[in-house]
Amino acid sequence: MTSAAPLADGLPATSPEADLLVEVEKLTLRFGGLTSLSQVSLTQRRGEILSVIGPNGAGKTSLFNCLTGVYTPQEGRIVFHRRDGRDISVVGVRPHRVNRFGIARTFQTSRLFNALTTFENVKIGVESRSRTGPLGAILHLPHTRREERAANARVRELLEFVGLTHRAATLASSLPYGDRRRLEIARALGTGPELLLLDEPAAGTNPAEKGDLVDLIRRVNRDRGVSVLLIEHDMGLVMSLAERIVVLNFGQVIATGSPAEIQQNPAVIEAYLGAPEAPAEGAGDVAESGEGA
Amino acid sequence: MCFTQNFWSLLISGLADGFLYALIALGYTLVYGVLQLINFAHSEVFMSGGFAGYFVLQATLGSHTTSGWGSVGYVALGIAAGAAGGGVVAFLLERVAYRPLRRRKAPRLAFLISAIGASYFLYNIAGKEFGHNALEIPAPFTNLPWFSIFGAPVQAYYVVIAIAAISMLLLVDRVVSSTKLGKGIRAVAQDAETASLMGVNINRIISQTFVLGGLLGGAAGFLFGLNAGVVYTMGFTPALKAFTAAVLGGIGNVRGAMLGGLVLGIAENLPMGCVQTAWRDVIAYGILAIVLLFRPTGILGERLGRAA
Amino acid sequence: MSDPLELTEIPERTVTSAALPPDQRTPWHKVVHNDDVRRLFACVIGGFVLALMTGPEGDGINMLSGVDGALRFPHLGICLALTVGLWVLITVRHRFGERARTASARVSALPARLLPNAKFRGLALVALLALAIVYPAHLNGYWQSVLVQQVGIYVLLAIGLNVVVGYAGLLDLGYIAFFAIGAYSDAFWTGALPIHPPANLNPFWVIPIAIATAMLAGVILGVPTLRLRGDYLAIVTLGFGEIIQIVAINLQGVTGGAIGTGTIRHFALHVLGINYVWGLDPLPYYYLLLVFVVLALFAFHSLEHSRIGRAWAAIREDEIAAEASGINVLKYKVMAFAIGASTSGFAGTLVASQIRFFEPGDFTVQLSILILVLVIFGGMGSLPGAVVGAAVLEWLPQYLHVHPLFGFQQQDLYIYFGAILILMMIFRPEGLIPSRRRRIELGLAEHGIGTADAMTAGASPSEPAGLP
Repeated sequence: MTSAAPLADGLPATSPEADLLVEVEKLTLRFGGLTSLSQVSLTQRRGEILSVIGPNGAGKTSLFNCLTGVYTPQEGRIVFHRRDGRDISVVGVRPHRVNRFGIARTFQTSRLFNALTTFENVKIGVESRSRTGPLGAILHLPHTRREERAANARVRELLEFVGLTHRAATLASSLPYGDRRRLEIARALGTGPELLLLDEPAAGTNPAEKGDLVDLIRRVNRDRGVSVLLIEHDMGLVMSLAERIVVLNFGQVIATGSPAEIQQNPAVIEAYLGAPEAPAEGAGDVAESGEGA
Repeated sequence: MCFTQNFWSLLISGLADGFLYALIALGYTLVYGVLQLINFAHSEVFMSGGFAGYFVLQATLGSHTTSGWGSVGYVALGIAAGAAGGGVVAFLLERVAYRPLRRRKAPRLAFLISAIGASYFLYNIAGKEFGHNALEIPAPFTNLPWFSIFGAPVQAYYVVIAIAAISMLLLVDRVVSSTKLGKGIRAVAQDAETASLMGVNINRIISQTFVLGGLLGGAAGFLFGLNAGVVYTMGFTPALKAFTAAVLGGIGNVRGAMLGGLVLGIAENLPMGCVQTAWRDVIAYGILAIVLLFRPTGILGERLGRAA
Repeated sequence: MSDPLELTEIPERTVTSAALPPDQRTPWHKVVHNDDVRRLFACVIGGFVLALMTGPEGDGINMLSGVDGALRFPHLGICLALTVGLWVLITVRHRFGERARTASARVSALPARLLPNAKFRGLALVALLALAIVYPAHLNGYWQSVLVQQVGIYVLLAIGLNVVVGYAGLLDLGYIAFFAIGAYSDAFWTGALPIHPPANLNPFWVIPIAIATAMLAGVILGVPTLRLRGDYLAIVTLGFGEIIQIVAINLQGVTGGAIGTGTIRHFALHVLGINYVWGLDPLPYYYLLLVFVVLALFAFHSLEHSRIGRAWAAIREDEIAAEASGINVLKYKVMAFAIGASTSGFAGTLVASQIRFFEPGDFTVQLSILILVLVIFGGMGSLPGAVVGAAVLEWLPQYLHVHPLFGFQQQDLYIYFGAILILMMIFRPEGLIPSRRRRIELGLAEHGIGTADAMTAGASPSEPAGLP
């Protein structure tokens, strides 16, 4: 039985399997006099790759920061529907708890632990779920040792998944750029998320690295069943990966839809390229009058 | 009631303390503006000013007495000496404890530790050379009440502090808002990299900022010493309170430092009718804790750029 | 040939001044820009400073007598000779370039190179432990006392502060407050304070209580303040240390005020047929200390290499990324505070029961900073560093006291320590025996990658470092 009421982003619920993962409703974020996000609403379905695009300064990273508890929006709701049935609001929740709930993220400029190795970086992500406390660590309790062995195994598995096994002992600071991006994704995956937020993962990568990244993100989504919310500027990447796209401009949602729909949406085109050119008569007038437009 | 009984005299001493705190706090706030760091060794700049003033007055005034314009002259001399002493120490501090670290792109923790080391070094060596007892500065004037406000006597000392401090505060405000140096300081405080691209010599600005703060802190040291004497440990408590004042007013904000100083001075003194003087310091530290926990941006908010 | 990655300073001008027209010539005070000349200048000034440091004390009558006495020959001459000699060494090293530099680099890396070798380390530790157990019995009473009161206690304190400053990267300038809390706990539970405890305990059993109390204090101090940025945290902890001292002085009814406590009882162990009372002999205290130091070393080593140690490293590297990766940053910081406080609390109890009396004036900010010097000198974040740093800096002054060396006076100790801090930060920030990670962090920071600590400037003191 489909619900008659439309979803927050204006799209009707298309089928009974419209299994919602995230519902953002009328999110508003202000800094002093500056409004970063204004009445932003969107939804993401479980298993979906959703992309958020928009010109620089549109509020995309602010949206991520609200979703992960770094900023607390003044208005609006964010509801995260977990697989185990719990519905959690992540508004104003501290980032580490948001991560516990199942949302992981990467950063626009890779924030790796530079003085640690690749292995250790991922291990930190994996170990965040560990229940070992200081006592267990000091006493080398059996369950502590078991947890560590299991963590090591998970790290190895993740490194293989992203293709960084050969770099396991390298310092994170020594990694080539594309590998840094992959390491950040591996670390984020280590925390066992249901939703992965990627903030411009392809920024600064060359075409070869980009292709690998697209492949990786697809595998993350299909093989590991992790939903992906992606900020990107590279339209080719967005179009090839995203199932749906949300377009932000000046902190507001100006369009939502499939890649094809977005490409032809006049509001989107205007946001990126400026107002469309005047129709033909205008040009003719200019030519006849001989004056500048 | 304990509060109202001595209200005016407590207010007056509160203002006097407040002016001193304001002068010291400016040193913290200016350096914070350009370096994003608290200059831990500012307490020793304050102390150096006190000693400089002591030595100069000891050498010139000695055991003589003076009055009238002579007094004014010696006070001015003392303030100048204190300022110079503070300025020199601040300059050396920047050169020895900060600049080498900036060159190495050291982590912030290193700057703090270096400053702590400098502070430790300076006051211990002062203790070694000048002894552990407080030294009295030769009095350039007799500390009689000049006039009264609502029955509370205002002593010459308070008048001296008020005049000296207000002039210096106005001067600094002017410097920061209107002079080339002030513009440089504000530029570096807002965005050091861009400022250097615009031709601002960052090293020079930083050095001059330290000196400016040192002049004020040193002068405050002399003024403080006029009443309390100078001793090698004199810097610790006033500087810590002045830091509180700077944060209270909004760190990095010049007018905030002035306001914070006055507010702290008054807040510290008014309850003295009700509680023992021993708890004065606790009040100041309590204010520090409260400000940092609940309104860390201070009364006027941060950012040197907004100061003028 | 210099390392291309090494940041060298470019002199301001490379053209000789005389070759330029008068208005373009470098003003005289800028000619002194040549690195070697500048260094010589610094060394000469350093010579004067050294003369002041090692010179006679002021006599309290003529205020400049100390300075005057210090700046006389031959004393001044010797100091200048020392520092200029240093200049010669450094300049020669630079001039001889590559060979000398790699040689000296190899020497400075030696401590770190030897230690990671597991077998060597294990053997060395066992040998050291044997030495530590056997040797002290052969020392005379004075040195045994030193071993306990200076070396032993401060090693314990340094190990504790190392957890706070070294592992978690938190600058705590009020660390002595936990020591005071341990001492007052001991006094309280043995009935030496004006207020009476619910039960009068044997001081030996107060040890766990004191440790727990100190840890609780760490939590209470930490929870509200650890959200603050690094330099603000430092000031707040400084204030905390001050407040503890002021409270101790003024709450006479509780703490005995400025006069101090009553007589505290010695430790006594009456259990399972063992009846042992610690007395005045320092040696039993030494063995008690040794047991705790070994336990602490073992515990903290395990922590460092556990997920907790890794979480601390992550927090130090990048707090935002750590939090985003599921680490509860506040919890781990408070944990570091509490764990660090534990050794301090025990140390306080031990000293209280050994010396049997103390007063608030014993717990000064100077001491907090002193412990910091020990940790920094030895190597922040490095367990062997903390132990060696504390041992060396506590033993050396005692040694020099007995075997005087050029101008060193016991009461000037803190002057040297202050200078050590500055010099360490400039020349060897990783410390004597660096932790592997720390050396990497500092190396990276120098090349512009990362900031080697969790204290990058946030927009306001309560914002975490490096907000995106």
